[in-house]
Amino acid sequence: MIRLENLTKVFGMPGSGITAVDRVSFDLPAGEICVLLGPSGCGKTTTMKMINRLIEPTSGKIFIDGKDVTHIDPIQLRRSIGYVIQQIGLFPNKTVADNICVVPDLLGWDRRKSRARAAELLEMVGLQPDLFMKRYPKELSGGQQQRVGVLRALAADPPVMLMDEPFGAIDPINREVIQDEFLRMQKTLRKTVIFVSHDLDEAVKMADKIAIFRAGRLEQFASPEHLLSNPATPFIDTFLGSDRSLKLLRLVQVADAMLTAAIVRPGDPVARARELMHNNGQPAIVMLNGEGRPSGIVAASRINGQESAGRGSTAEGRCREVAEPVRVTVPVKADLRSAVALMFTHDMPVIPCVDEDGKLQGVLTYRSIVKSLANSKIAA
Amino acid sequence: MSDVSVDRIAGAAPRLPLRGGTVGAFKLGRLIPWLVLVIALGTWWFTGDTPEDILTYQEDIVYLGGQHIVLVAYAGGLALVTGIPAGIILSRPVFRRAAELVLQVFNLGSTIPTLAIIALCMTVLGIGTMPAVFGLWMATLLPIVRNTYAGLRNVPKMLIEAAQGMGMTPRQIFWRVEFPNALFVIFGGIRTALSICVGTAPLAFLIGAGGLGELIFTGIALDELPMLLAGIIPTALLAVLTDFVVGLLQYWLVPKGINPLR
Repeated sequence: MIRLENLTKVFGMPGSGITAVDRVSFDLPAGEICVLLGPSGCGKTTTMKMINRLIEPTSGKIFIDGKDVTHIDPIQLRRSIGYVIQQIGLFPNKTVADNICVVPDLLGWDRRKSRARAAELLEMVGLQPDLFMKRYPKELSGGQQQRVGVLRALAADPPVMLMDEPFGAIDPINREVIQDEFLRMQKTLRKTVIFVSHDLDEAVKMADKIAIFRAGRLEQFASPEHLLSNPATPFIDTFLGSDRSLKLLRLVQVADAMLTAAIVRPGDPVARARELMHNNGQPAIVMLNGEGRPSGIVAASRINGQESAGRGSTAEGRCREVAEPVRVTVPVKADLRSAVALMFTHDMPVIPCVDEDGKLQGVLTYRSIVKSLANSKIAA
Repeated sequence: MSDVSVDRIAGAAPRLPLRGGTVGAFKLGRLIPWLVLVIALGTWWFTGDTPEDILTYQEDIVYLGGQHIVLVAYAGGLALVTGIPAGIILSRPVFRRAAELVLQVFNLGSTIPTLAIIALCMTVLGIGTMPAVFGLWMATLLPIVRNTYAGLRNVPKMLIEAAQGMGMTPRQIFWRVEFPNALFVIFGGIRTALSICVGTAPLAFLIGAGGLGELIFTGIALDELPMLLAGIIPTALLAVLTDFVVGLLQYWLVPKGINPLR
């Protein structure tokens, strides 16, 4: 969908100028989000602005849908590409509706059609149209402005969007919310998005492909999983940080890493639990109640402790007598990072994974997490 | 009167943070006609002249007031149709480097007392309405050019970048983004300029263009307080009225989203 071929930009005189972008090539398939990532001054924004010809390349080519952009009138080109800037840049003299309809108005859409479109878009991000259409930007909160900024880029339904740190000027909590919102919209809209960011966490969360820049050069162009598990150069390795395997956790769903749970019933003898632990090497066994929901945890440390304390033949006891309450469960749709956080905070070596009804689907152990990380490395 | 107008130029605050500062400075400038009015009415009260004494000049007030308004209308209108385009041209990127220089020259020009400008006009252009209008135009021009320029330059870069990125032509960027967002500041300049114009117009009498200055200067010469007041009070009233009318236009014509008054 978007293909860059040896794209180069030299500011100043050729030969003595500063090379901002140096022979960058990549090919982004339709419907994917590509995050251009790198330290400031690495050429990521320049690269983005060459795509809608706000900056003219020194050499190299850009194709959108197979068409060379230098053969398209820049004004027409820009109207066909959604554009979001970091400072949002809503026009303070226009209402929210007029702001959203800037491009439809430029394209000469029927006014009623474009305003209906604005209302529909506002609805999509949970802003009531009858409340917000007539407001001015100064009457919106930062988060609301940011949303309107994105809607404005979506208004004429362009297939391609350029977003320059669109969620940069917003507090971390709202940023997460807006990111999730955008990803949800993207699921149905399937836009091809070039997204500039300097935030690795944001990149890992949003991207289908990450392009890492350094001093104008494209260092690596890969999926987030591949990037985190196989950084191509020492620079990328440093840039990703020593906690990159933790970042990788975010990309794996609990459902893909959990083990089939060995279970006991409250009435089972403790010996049965011990046998199961011994067989599959897990430090604890989940106890299920009649509805298939976890009702307790039988931990190895507990059984062994009781034995050594000489409380008699616990081997003959029932599981319900030694089980600890379930302090926390994790939904199968969550990512591994939140599962690990829960395991640490609640000191649980085994954490039950449940579906929406609270029924047990499997368990996570530290070992299963390590194993799934190793697997994703091999797969990538 | 000329002292008053010099004060008001200083109060026009050309270095514009778009919102608060400008508004505050203009408020100060706007007080001056009112002050003149209050002082004039106070003098009248204490000296015990009756309204009848002043109203004996009623015919003069009407006739000379008409002349005064015509002078202001010509000079102010001319300043508007030249000053706004000049400010726009200076704010274009091509002229950005020349603009500072040109505005410095304008600033220097504004330090010449208006009385001297009027006198110079007379030596070059002779006496009558035309040289007076020319002199008033020069005195009125600066705040309009300066505020138009500053208002346009202060439109945030990101708005222009956003407009460009969405595919507006340079013309569309100017009319849909830059000009509306500079309008409040431009109106501020117009308000100041026209008040100055009304307040300076009495000087036109000195080069034979008539106006309410005739009552003022003759009143001074003859030490006739009622005559003096018959010139001063209508002049101050005119200044207040002009400011009020332009203020109304500013209130209604500047888009609501960027109008601190609304």
